[in-house]
Amino acid sequence: MEYLIGIQGPDFVLVAADNVAASSIIQMKHDYDKMFKLSEKILLLCVGEAGDTVQFAEYIQKNVQLYKMRNGYELSPSAAANFTRKNLAEYLRSRTPYHVNLLLAGYDDADGPSLFYMDYLSSLAKTPFAAHGYGAFLTLSILDRHYRPDLTREEAVDLLKMCIAELNRRFILNLPSFNVRVIDKEGIHDLEKISAGTKTDTN
Amino acid sequence: MALEDICGFKYTPAYRKVFSDAFFKETTTSHPMTDFYTLQTEKLRNSGRDSATPLHFFVPTVPNSVPFSSRPSSNNSLAVHRPFPLSHGTTTLAFIFQGGIIAAADTRASAGGLVANPDIQKISPVHSHLVVTSSGSGADCMQWERLLAREIRLYQLRHRRRLSIQGTAKLLSFMLHPFKGTEVCVALILCGWDKEAVTTDCAKKADSSCISGDNSSPAGHHITVSPACHNRGPKLIYVCSDGARLQGDIFSVGSGSPYAVSVLDVGLRWSLSKEEAVSLAREAVFRATHRDAYSGNNVDIFHVTARGWSQRQREDLKEEYYREKKREAMIVEQRKRLTELDFAG
Repeated sequence: MEYLIGIQGPDFVLVAADNVAASSIIQMKHDYDKMFKLSEKILLLCVGEAGDTVQFAEYIQKNVQLYKMRNGYELSPSAAANFTRKNLAEYLRSRTPYHVNLLLAGYDDADGPSLFYMDYLSSLAKTPFAAHGYGAFLTLSILDRHYRPDLTREEAVDLLKMCIAELNRRFILNLPSFNVRVIDKEGIHDLEKISAGTKTDTN
Repeated sequence: MALEDICGFKYTPAYRKVFSDAFFKETTTSHPMTDFYTLQTEKLRNSGRDSATPLHFFVPTVPNSVPFSSRPSSNNSLAVHRPFPLSHGTTTLAFIFQGGIIAAADTRASAGGLVANPDIQKISPVHSHLVVTSSGSGADCMQWERLLAREIRLYQLRHRRRLSIQGTAKLLSFMLHPFKGTEVCVALILCGWDKEAVTTDCAKKADSSCISGDNSSPAGHHITVSPACHNRGPKLIYVCSDGARLQGDIFSVGSGSPYAVSVLDVGLRWSLSKEEAVSLAREAVFRATHRDAYSGNNVDIFHVTARGWSQRQREDLKEEYYREKKREAMIVEQRKRLTELDFAG
């Protein structure tokens, strides 16, 4: 139902998420933002069960900010990802596991851009590209085929548009629009939303 | 967790029930706090009387040893057996337009196939500028509305200002969170008007999911306050017992909601006059009650503006049905006359 995608370049990470907040068969909102800003250069994209997503993501967000307040410097993306995974793992075998699937994207001044894939069983993997949701079945092979480690930003956006075009072509659910953001050494930037009517080069 | 320590979450009854071994090893037991707010800020003190904590309800304990077996659900053999099905089924809607907020709901409480009560009130005021529409289980909604009203009144008394609508929604959502996975079924739309500029600590931290568009400037580290945090004016927030909390401009909740929301989507514009908005809301509820068996009887309409809420007189949808029939008959008549004229002329 929901879709997240992340593509890492040599000095940036591009992430996109759909905008639908659904409740059974109804779209309650069609402009819902699934990205949570953990710090100036880290974004957490979170999908999953209704209340769990916001509760868990806000919990992580506040804890990352608390760390900064206590220690004076921010957590690196890798540290934030491992912290998130640890929390998810602890709650996994409790009476209230959080059913959330996450992508954590960030830029570290020392290590460069990074993209982490996490799922509800709290597995963690650092990958050059990743996707969540039923849409991932359709788009991961496109990413496998066309991804290169030295993509420019325009090429990454084109690759993203290729994936979204495939979703519009073959996925039975309608995902009308997607939020797109880029993280680089200057921080988080909003890019133009991709909607169903957007012209894509491959079409 | 660090946040748990600061919030004193370890001393809440919800924590005790969930992590009971850990709790009893750490501290001596003491009586729960009197309300949700004081759980978070004050040290524990012994209170002799039975406190009316919202969290101090009986949460049915169910063995849940396998992770990701579904949370305790109704087909669990240890669930409490009910003498009759809970009242469910409703149509409620709310939308924002230039003249404020219109909230409308039907008045039928159904219990399975029985109309348990044909005229209950599903929209209740919480304070002068906040009205709540309820759907889901009737008993749960009544309970949680009262708890919410109590909590915000206490907040107002303590802090000498009214909690913002978003704050109210968050408070309600956190109060409902311990009951996630139980049979509590509550889906509320908070329709309110924020009179004061909401200056929460949005300004200080890189807060929340409102990411402002200004981050593209290379100067970079100034944190701009996202616009939602400063808005006065109308707010609609949907809060549900699974934990969802959504802010938006148009919501419809309940078994009749798909029928109502489609009528609203077609007819709704920002520039509607108050009368047009009211009649759109009435028609949406009417269409939903026509198609949905679990909604019906009358329609209640509330209008919320900067000056507060006002309630229209309850209208019987039976009349609306006959008026609609008459209107349709007239339109058919007119069309017939026009085609006859065309033939003649």
